[in-house]
Amino acid sequence: MTATGIGAPVRRKEDQRFVTGQGRYVDDFNRPGQAHAYFLRSPHAHAAIRSIDTGLAMIMPGVIAVFTGDDLAADKIGGLICGWMIHSKDGSPMKAGPHPALAQGKVRYVGDHVAVVIAETLAQAKDAAEAIVVDYDVLPAVVDTAQATKAQVQVHDVSPDNTVFNWHLGNKDETEAAFARAKHVTKIDLVNNRLVPNPIEPRAAVGEYDFGTDNYTLYTTSQNPHVARLVLSAFIGVAPEHKLRVIAPDVGGGFGSKIFIYAEETVCVWAAKKVKRPVKWTSDRSEAFLSDAHGRDHVTHAEMATDETGKIIALRVHTTANLGAYLSTFSSSVPTYLYAPLLSGQYDIPAIYCEVDGVYTNTAPVDAYRGAGRPEATFVVERLVEKTARELGQNPAEFRRKNYITQFPHVTPVIMTYDTGDYAASLDKALEIADYKNFDSRKQESARRGKLRGIGFSSYIEACGIAPSQAVGSLGAGVGLWESAEVRVNPTGSVEVLTGSHSHGQGHETTFAQLVSDRLGISIDQVSIVHGDTDKVQFGMGTYGSRSGAVGMSAIAKAIDKVIAKGKKVAAHVLEASEGDIEFKDGQFGVAGTDRSMAFGEIALQAYIAHKFSGQDLEPGLKEGAFYDPTNFTFPAGVHICEVEIDPDTGVTKIERWTAVDDFGVIINPMIVEGQVHGGIAQGVGQALLEGAFYDESGQLITASFNDYCMPRAIDLPSFQVGMTVTPCPSNPLGIKGCGEAGAIAAPPAVINAITDALGHEDIAMPATPQAVWRAAQKARMPMAAE
Amino acid sequence: MYAFEYHRPTSVKEAAGLAGTAEDIKFLAGGHTLLPTMKLRLAGPANLIDLSQIAELRGIERSGDTITIGAMMKHAEVANSAELKEAIPALAEMAELIGDPHVRNRGTIGGSIANNDPSADYPAACLALNVTIITNQRKIAADDFFQGIFTTALEEGEIITQVSFKAPSQAAYVKFRNPASRYALVGVFVAKHADGVRVAVTGAGSNGVFRAADMEQALNGNFAAEALNGVTVAESEMNSDMHADAAYRAHLVGVMARRAVQAATSRG
Repeated sequence: MTATGIGAPVRRKEDQRFVTGQGRYVDDFNRPGQAHAYFLRSPHAHAAIRSIDTGLAMIMPGVIAVFTGDDLAADKIGGLICGWMIHSKDGSPMKAGPHPALAQGKVRYVGDHVAVVIAETLAQAKDAAEAIVVDYDVLPAVVDTAQATKAQVQVHDVSPDNTVFNWHLGNKDETEAAFARAKHVTKIDLVNNRLVPNPIEPRAAVGEYDFGTDNYTLYTTSQNPHVARLVLSAFIGVAPEHKLRVIAPDVGGGFGSKIFIYAEETVCVWAAKKVKRPVKWTSDRSEAFLSDAHGRDHVTHAEMATDETGKIIALRVHTTANLGAYLSTFSSSVPTYLYAPLLSGQYDIPAIYCEVDGVYTNTAPVDAYRGAGRPEATFVVERLVEKTARELGQNPAEFRRKNYITQFPHVTPVIMTYDTGDYAASLDKALEIADYKNFDSRKQESARRGKLRGIGFSSYIEACGIAPSQAVGSLGAGVGLWESAEVRVNPTGSVEVLTGSHSHGQGHETTFAQLVSDRLGISIDQVSIVHGDTDKVQFGMGTYGSRSGAVGMSAIAKAIDKVIAKGKKVAAHVLEASEGDIEFKDGQFGVAGTDRSMAFGEIALQAYIAHKFSGQDLEPGLKEGAFYDPTNFTFPAGVHICEVEIDPDTGVTKIERWTAVDDFGVIINPMIVEGQVHGGIAQGVGQALLEGAFYDESGQLITASFNDYCMPRAIDLPSFQVGMTVTPCPSNPLGIKGCGEAGAIAAPPAVINAITDALGHEDIAMPATPQAVWRAAQKARMPMAAE
Repeated sequence: MYAFEYHRPTSVKEAAGLAGTAEDIKFLAGGHTLLPTMKLRLAGPANLIDLSQIAELRGIERSGDTITIGAMMKHAEVANSAELKEAIPALAEMAELIGDPHVRNRGTIGGSIANNDPSADYPAACLALNVTIITNQRKIAADDFFQGIFTTALEEGEIITQVSFKAPSQAAYVKFRNPASRYALVGVFVAKHADGVRVAVTGAGSNGVFRAADMEQALNGNFAAEALNGVTVAESEMNSDMHADAAYRAHLVGVMARRAVQAATSRG
């Protein structure tokens, strides 16, 4: 390992600009002549729009234009799309209702887009929005996930009972047969609470149109600018693909919520041409709560069957997944193919059957949020495994070990082929770091102080490195999920890497440079990473699903291999040796068996001056591109152990210890990986203890600000004990599995398993707020009081 | 935010004069409630009178065991005052528990009292310390001042100039924070005065800050945490919301009161 190569804890190159305030985010872009957009949003969860009168707003000071859904329709601007087709059990396609960027005839959630005002200033746009008169016929709303199909409310005409799909995966007959012969069946009912993503930078967009060149530019907070361009051009139709440049500059966190193509950026691009001015919109935090796609929101009943030896023999799951009022860009894939295929966990379960009903409600759209389906699956599996172990009177760690998959590759009943792993190794290491053997004495010490101590496990697995294009295509994806890279070597030997991945906090400018440094033997200071601009990078699929290491960097590695191959040809001419005798090692092209060699930079110069070879023999220059399509998902896995202490007087849960032992395969930068683990755990703890998005019966979001929606703070978290085990991923050239989502996937069941262990009963839902835990602790005390 | 006229008087008299002549006024102290409300366009006063440049609204004085605090003193100034830390450490500690450093360096005691937010800390301190609220027109006893959620005895245009009180022999404030907002879900201020114990509760009551009479009575007999065992506040008078229902709040009042007495009695 070199000081800046693979495996080195290199400090992040991008932090200099971030921590000194020099980052450049969408809202920092102000274009000449720019006007401001403000969206009038629905105050009602469900209403027919009888009329919209914009007359008064149009003549307000500073107003340039007011547009409604009719204006978009008149310009034949299409609706927003969902890019993953799910088929129901009966073979019928999912019921996708219309999703206009500005409402046409109906609003379906509080925050839905009714009209847009374009004005000289934001304040003038807001003033004018207040002057728009909308005549609503308010309709009853449906918000409750479990009741959505029974409500006397119809969100979309295409779905009379609000069902989007009734989907299933696994083998029903084998599962039923296994349950029939089971020695023991453990049942559980779970709610996976709805979350608001809350990246620190709210969404924003600046649309611009150049009448001279007929070119459109969109600056947008996106995790995948090329996909945004494709959707905006090919499906929504605001601009031709070759005429639309999408720039996603520095982006302050996404967690999934900036994958999707929303109404606001659509309208900004379209309106820029209409009003002949650049149009800017920046979400405020209140708008973000209402209109960013939310995450999770499942209601699940699950059962686990075990035989007389304590082996798990079957799992069956029924989940109702709330998709909100409209199908967001990838929403349909999240509770289906990103969820059920993970229900085998780390366990050898011969039979699994899962049914998922996707439903519409009058709430904000729900789509991928850090982990996307996999946290929901892990919560089901790990809560159920824990409960089963308790019911069988077995140690939860040893019950897990007994059921671990140990032979690889392993084909699960839910279409996954796990390539490699050593789950027991992670468990052993975690037990040691957590000082599990002394837990009982710590529990007794807590009890002496009147406190309840508990310990909870989470043995998680995730499918990352998303994803093999053929595989996802066969499952309904509208796109392939490969990645592209271009490695441009300059005559001075410095390198620019153009990548289709997008960094919005992940540190790609550092880790990608480490790969180049490692492979080409040059300093990371000689490497620039270029991303987030469709005019610079030819195409790419973006960053989500822990894919940028496993897929994005594999594409870079492939392009680097081509650069080295070309470099060898150049070196053969310059060093006057045969190409087969040229070796490349430690940044030097050398002739085997001699001391003749030239540094990478010297060969780069030779490639460009082309004095030592003819253009007929070899093309000048040194620039190579590659597309990399993975052959399988990757399977990061690990064991997290959470230890809590509960104050039964107040219900406050304090996390005393957190142990995380993860197998991410080969690690490029352990410091960045550890940071990803920390952030992921914080978000998972947020879901377990603090965060929950709640609508009242009328469909008003009652957790619509940080006053009511509780984000995790440093004080809520302990100092994490992070360990690693490594089984290199066999399906990509770098051995990387991915680490971005692991913490958020592992954490919720670890916390709830610890709380239920402390309380001595299973009856606690997320978020386990002090009130909820206090009430549950009262319940735990009752038998004692009766004694 | 809607447009407004901004005024920055340098004396209480000038401020009162502006309030008497201008239409639709709001006084601006620390602004931690008013400004966010204006930004959300939920409030839009035509005239904003900023009290921050009025010297006579500042200062902390101690005369014997009587303490006087200027209305525009910031939470951080109260928290860090050497005189207050010595004379009434419970109040300095309470101020240190308000919000975060940003809030404590903008928010003021007068602003907090005038706003009477049902989950603010100062109203509990004022009731428990039996403060006299001094305005540009009169003196008002704390017991008469707080009249329900966001409601006080202040008349239109009346300006709080100071609060004044006698330091108790023992006192402490303990609060249970709303996990999200960090405001008091329940906060209890106990103070043992020469003429009796006062227990004031914020955050919990459905009608805002209140004194817990049964607790005061119990503590008058024995100023010790165990004196509160079995003493409760009425659930029916507690606030109920998504963060805490009335039963939980009532329970927490008991827990926080015992912890406050414990803190007061264990103070050296």
